[in-house]
Amino acid sequence: MKETFTARVWTLGDDIDTDIVIPTEYLAMKTIQDMAPYAFSPLRPELAGQIRPGDVIVAGKNFGCGSSREQAPEVIKALGIRCVIAGSFARIFFRNAINNGLLLIECPALREAVEEGEEISVEVGSAIVCNGVRYPVAALPDNLLEIVSAGGLVKAMRRRNGLE
Amino acid sequence: MGMTLAEKIIASAAGVELVRPGDIHTVELDLLMSNDGTTHLTIDMYRKLAQPRIADVSKLVWIVDHNMPCDSVKTAASHKKMRDFAREHGITFYEGKGVCHQIMMEEHVRPGQLIFGADSHTCAYGALGAFGTGVGCTDYLYAMVTGKSWVLVPESLRFDLKGRLRPGVTARDLILTIIGRIGANGANYKAMEFAGEGLKSLTMSDRIAICNLCVEAGAKTAVMEADEVAQAYLAQRGRTPKAIFHSDEDAVYAGVYEVDLDSIVPVVAKPHFVDQVVPAEECRGIRIDEAFLGSCNNGRIEDLRAAAAILRGRKVAERVRFLVVPASAQVFRQAMEEGLMKVFLEAGAIVMNANCSVCWGSCQGVIGEGETLISTGTRNFKGRAGHPNSYVYLASSETVTASAILGHIALASDLPPMEE
Repeated sequence: MKETFTARVWTLGDDIDTDIVIPTEYLAMKTIQDMAPYAFSPLRPELAGQIRPGDVIVAGKNFGCGSSREQAPEVIKALGIRCVIAGSFARIFFRNAINNGLLLIECPALREAVEEGEEISVEVGSAIVCNGVRYPVAALPDNLLEIVSAGGLVKAMRRRNGLE
Repeated sequence: MGMTLAEKIIASAAGVELVRPGDIHTVELDLLMSNDGTTHLTIDMYRKLAQPRIADVSKLVWIVDHNMPCDSVKTAASHKKMRDFAREHGITFYEGKGVCHQIMMEEHVRPGQLIFGADSHTCAYGALGAFGTGVGCTDYLYAMVTGKSWVLVPESLRFDLKGRLRPGVTARDLILTIIGRIGANGANYKAMEFAGEGLKSLTMSDRIAICNLCVEAGAKTAVMEADEVAQAYLAQRGRTPKAIFHSDEDAVYAGVYEVDLDSIVPVVAKPHFVDQVVPAEECRGIRIDEAFLGSCNNGRIEDLRAAAAILRGRKVAERVRFLVVPASAQVFRQAMEEGLMKVFLEAGAIVMNANCSVCWGSCQGVIGEGETLISTGTRNFKGRAGHPNSYVYLASSETVTASAILGHIALASDLPPMEE
């Protein structure tokens, strides 16, 4: 997946837990699309309405900690977020995001360097460019990239089995 | 170079002699637990598969505990989907019997097993020498259909426990102290192993409380050797180990921490992060609106006994709701037989059926704007127990009970002596 894109940035802090991403009271809603307007509402109720498809989130360390609820990466994807860039990711969220085809990039230095609303350039698997400065990032292993580019684990399995 | 306990369980599940941190292995899973938090999503995905099948239905355990009993037509539909599917496929199914992890410990977990649970607190199973880890519903679906999954072998951190906890200090104070020390991502991707002489003095209830909370430090799992205490717990429930593993003398750890149990004091985790841990004394006097005793972390008979011992002959403060929620129906029945429920009711507590309750902010006991809860639950994230602008303090059963009596955060030792 050699792709480069530019995107508008929304910034969040450290330890963004999955109860922040999608609070318990909205989990009973019928579809992920129904839940999406409430994403991040305990912290920033207005944020979900402001995000446009193709935007990215830049956060601090331990993004996605807490509950294993898979609705968390799903609502982020449903909002059209192209990728989440964070200092680090909590492990259950990491697996869930990959399994749902949500691209994650670790880049600890970026959070301090970028202001909300700025545009950054993302060269997947290679670097992020922000205000002319290049921040190298690691590539996901090929097997995980295959899952992300297929749109998630189930789709990747279907593709592998010749069903898509 | 030897292997740690966690590495040995993975090696066994992968059918290989040796694993090292960073290796990725395909493993055969022993048990697959899922609850009503996400099972409906798993079922939806399962039904869309080209050739849906369950690899080994005997490995599946499904438990309704998060919205139990259900609070809305929507959750009723979700439960019905789960119940009907479980019946159709012959899946072991519980509802109304308690919090998933407590039921798993009481009925299913065996030392040496590798277990996936679609719930982050699955790491509790390490108290019985098993490798339990939380996953999402897609990973769960894959494991359900294939019986397998992949795991990245985690580095291990060892916590050497020395000495004994002092009276009035609990295992919950210990694990909160450790999380406060290493931070909310201090063990991210890692296995936390507890060992040392100090472990021997800890009961199974203590050990479950410790392992259960390790995900709050980011851990992939928590493990303890299944010693005499663990084996006695297992034997009492008519189960036998799958295998009992020990960490090798020359096993390699990413970090070793010495923890002097005698030095631990009652603590509180302040809003809104589990690692914001301070001595409980520093929070003394903070007014509370609600107190919660329960959850997979602290809803066992030992917790109820400790609370009842403090509450006996006393009353819950006016304008404070004190929710007592046993972790399982077994715990509830035991508490009845021991007369504890009478103590709670006479003191003015609200006793509820075994379920996850306000620990995850669902149907019961949700708090309103500006309100403060002191809780034995697992998390104090912003909005976790209700309104986004509300406050959750985490503490031990003893501290929660004393706070319920005085109406503000307090230690059990703050209570005035009882009149004769």
